[in-house]
Amino acid sequence: MTQSDWEMVVGLEVHVQLKTRSKAFCGCSTDFGAAPNSNTCPICLALPGSLPVLNEKAVALAVRAAVALGSTIHPVSIFARKNYFYPDLPKGYQISQFDQPLATGGSLEIAVDGDAKKIGVTRVHMEEDAGKSLHDRFPGSTAIDLNRAGVPLIEIVSEPDMRSSREATAYLRELKQMLQYLSVSDVSMEEGSLRVDANVSARPRGEKKLGTKTEVKNMNSFSGVERALDFEFARQCALLERGEKIHQQTLLWDSVRNEARVSRTKEGSHDYRFFPEPDLGPLVLDRDWISSVKSAIPELPSDMKRRFAADYGIAPEEINQLASHPELAAYYESAARASGEPKAAANWVMGEVQAAVNSSGVPITQFRIRPTDLAQLITLIRDGLISHSAGKKVFALMLETGKPAPQIAQDAGLLKVGDDTALAAWIDEVVAEHPVEAARYFGGERKLQGVLVGFVMKKSAGKADPGRVNQLLISRAGAG
Amino acid sequence: MNTAEFAALHATAIAARVSAGEASPADLVKATFDRAAEVGAGSDALNLILWSDRDLADRDAKALEEGLTRAGTGGRLAGVPVAVKDNIATLGLPTTCASKILAGYVSPYEATVVTRLREAGAIVIAKTNMDEFAMGSSNENSAYGPARNPVDVRRVTGGSSGGSAGVVAAGIAPIALGSETGGSVRQPASFCGVVGVKPTYGRVSRYGLVAFASSLDQVGALARNVEDAALAMEIIAGEDSKDSTSKPIPVGSYRDQFLSLASSPAPLDGITIGVPAEYFPEDMDPGIRSQCDRSIEALRSLGARVVDVSLPHSSLAIPVYYIVAPAEASSNLARFDGVRYGSRAAVSGGLREMFGQTRSEGFGREVTRRILLGTYVLSAGYYDAYYRKAQAVRALITRDFHTVFGNGIHALFTPTTPTTAFAIGAVTDPYEMYLGDVFTASANLAGVPAMSIPIGRIAGLPVGGQIIASHFCESMMFRVAYALESALGSEAHQ
Repeated sequence: MTQSDWEMVVGLEVHVQLKTRSKAFCGCSTDFGAAPNSNTCPICLALPGSLPVLNEKAVALAVRAAVALGSTIHPVSIFARKNYFYPDLPKGYQISQFDQPLATGGSLEIAVDGDAKKIGVTRVHMEEDAGKSLHDRFPGSTAIDLNRAGVPLIEIVSEPDMRSSREATAYLRELKQMLQYLSVSDVSMEEGSLRVDANVSARPRGEKKLGTKTEVKNMNSFSGVERALDFEFARQCALLERGEKIHQQTLLWDSVRNEARVSRTKEGSHDYRFFPEPDLGPLVLDRDWISSVKSAIPELPSDMKRRFAADYGIAPEEINQLASHPELAAYYESAARASGEPKAAANWVMGEVQAAVNSSGVPITQFRIRPTDLAQLITLIRDGLISHSAGKKVFALMLETGKPAPQIAQDAGLLKVGDDTALAAWIDEVVAEHPVEAARYFGGERKLQGVLVGFVMKKSAGKADPGRVNQLLISRAGAG
Repeated sequence: MNTAEFAALHATAIAARVSAGEASPADLVKATFDRAAEVGAGSDALNLILWSDRDLADRDAKALEEGLTRAGTGGRLAGVPVAVKDNIATLGLPTTCASKILAGYVSPYEATVVTRLREAGAIVIAKTNMDEFAMGSSNENSAYGPARNPVDVRRVTGGSSGGSAGVVAAGIAPIALGSETGGSVRQPASFCGVVGVKPTYGRVSRYGLVAFASSLDQVGALARNVEDAALAMEIIAGEDSKDSTSKPIPVGSYRDQFLSLASSPAPLDGITIGVPAEYFPEDMDPGIRSQCDRSIEALRSLGARVVDVSLPHSSLAIPVYYIVAPAEASSNLARFDGVRYGSRAAVSGGLREMFGQTRSEGFGREVTRRILLGTYVLSAGYYDAYYRKAQAVRALITRDFHTVFGNGIHALFTPTTPTTAFAIGAVTDPYEMYLGDVFTASANLAGVPAMSIPIGRIAGLPVGGQIIASHFCESMMFRVAYALESALGSEAHQ
């Protein structure tokens, strides 16, 4: 057997920081990047006698995400303590959910190479983040920053439904996009608001039983996830090829050395001694409250994509690009509607707009050219008032000056000239300067018409209306 | 005022005098510190008080006086010195839970109950001795040595709120706060001959009470009479947004109700008191039985109907309690790891050594025993057999109470403890010590309110009678307690 005889099986555990202003169980700010230990209080420092109080906003965001995943929201769920000692875990336990999570079931649809596939979701539960141990800040010592301690998280556990590293990253991209649309999280792997642990196993193709899995942690980008999965799968395949067994263990991905190494902490030595958190009652969700959260859910990317295809008739690749981010999609849709030219709007947004946004570094919501401004430009071109090439100049000037497109086209003299007298003068000049081509054309070689129109356009610096130039040439040839 | 006069004053009398301008808060601070010195409340004698600060108390008295001058009248506890158990967070004084692991720790925030007392005009004068982290029934498990019973200094105060019971019994403060997990207010109240109240679970905020077993813990009050205890409870009770387990149920005035019946010849007319057979076993101390019989007769004479009832799962309370409480404790005490506050062992090794050494050095034997026990019963493979089963039995114990209170019983009367205060050092077997909670632990497991009042003495040692009521029916409990206290009168102290 070779590696191609083995099938990769992947399930993902994704931790997502919820975008609340305050922490899960106290009023401290969740701002990223504050001075170490400045966002702390007796509760998140676990001072003796302090007690947690649940942040309702966090529950609303968690429910929103679970609803969007099609999960069943349980009217009663239980917070549980997960007990373990670590210096950045102030209470000595993490408040999490264990055997009665917020939500179970659901799925997320992904597409790889055009093939759609549903990835099952096992559960969505709420928990709190730990602080950070800083090992490299003070030589010989470990420093603890508890700003992150108590930040609300959801953990989304998938079924082992992915069969390749590409499916895994497609799932992550789809999930990230969805959570962005829901405004549930900043979903930034760099800032740690999205963290991924992967369970990987290998089995002979055709086999139904799952192989022994390992857990890979510490990936800090989607490409890191892809490389880590491929690395670990290859390692497992090599072991299995040699007839060796896979040991259930945790590996840490090293993105610099491109390898996963076995973590020093022994798996199985952990006994988290879960038990219901006595400081918080059961989380009881009112049916009406759940419906109000459901009804407040914005359009999901999958629905938006279907609608873009139906309403705007643009190509699937274009839809994927435009829907990749909710703000980009909103920009496009606004320009498409205002101009009534969805295809042209798509081209402009994916081309000039994205290029300019990327190079300016400002978010698209603050981009100088608003969608309605772009729509005016698109309309000018559609109505034949300026040429497409003149349109690009107008765009550049809009970016530079902030003035509206019609005014720029007027001021810069980029409006097309459709006036017969002016056009006839240019045609006269072209005929005089290119006597050979003119003679052949007027002699009956009609295929040279395009060449002559080109000369006129060049002479007019793009302002001549090519349609009218064609008509004038035809009538001259007819007369001659 | 002289110290003897002060020591006899109830909180209501002090507040009335201060509000009327007949005594100043500063006078009260002086009187309470003089009294403490006179009886030897410090570590060289009774060892009731762990931490106190005269300057701090004087400053508080001064601030209070300025407020009184402005307002013209004081709060319900104006100028009343109160002592606070050392596991309740106070500003200015240490909060160590009588443990080495919190040596020198001063809380940067204050417990809700302390804030409420201070807002009513009380002055915090001391932090009282206790069993380390409230784990014990004799106050012998304190890192600072046992508290001594003011009634007989060779005997224990009971525990874990031993210092608070002793301070009240010795006339140092008319009111003290204690905390209950399995009887830690009622049992020392019984041993020291004072009133001790454990409210309904959820009645009083736990914010600032250092957790032992979160589903059982409640702050309670100790006082020399029922009225003062009721007053303290009225003030500290009520919902607190900082404690998710506190309940939004109105408190009202406990005192108004029983005081309105004070002149009635039959203040318990229409009331049915249950006497549970399980609390009067064949082999019970005959002296305690006869004191209880006298109280039961008194209850009848007050107009109450007294009936025999059964709480069939009572005998399971101790085993259930000693699974649930240590389980929660093992988790609650995990935060004492030497990282952020408290003591940290000097070790050269890694993290595990630092955690292990800090905790081994910082915790005493009983605390260590309970952490180990709790860790064991929550472990994978044992959880179902111990913790889950204990919670199931706990539900049966709770159901017993629902059944009797649902069948027309207004309150229960039982002895508080199976013995009177024993000699320091006399009980060395932990299991024998645990059995001392046999009559008190059920109320914590079920969450019902319960209190102990002095009902008599045996060979000079106080005996406590326990009154248990239904959830959030503290006013019924106080009504029965007040009537019984009045009926027994000075007999309770004989």
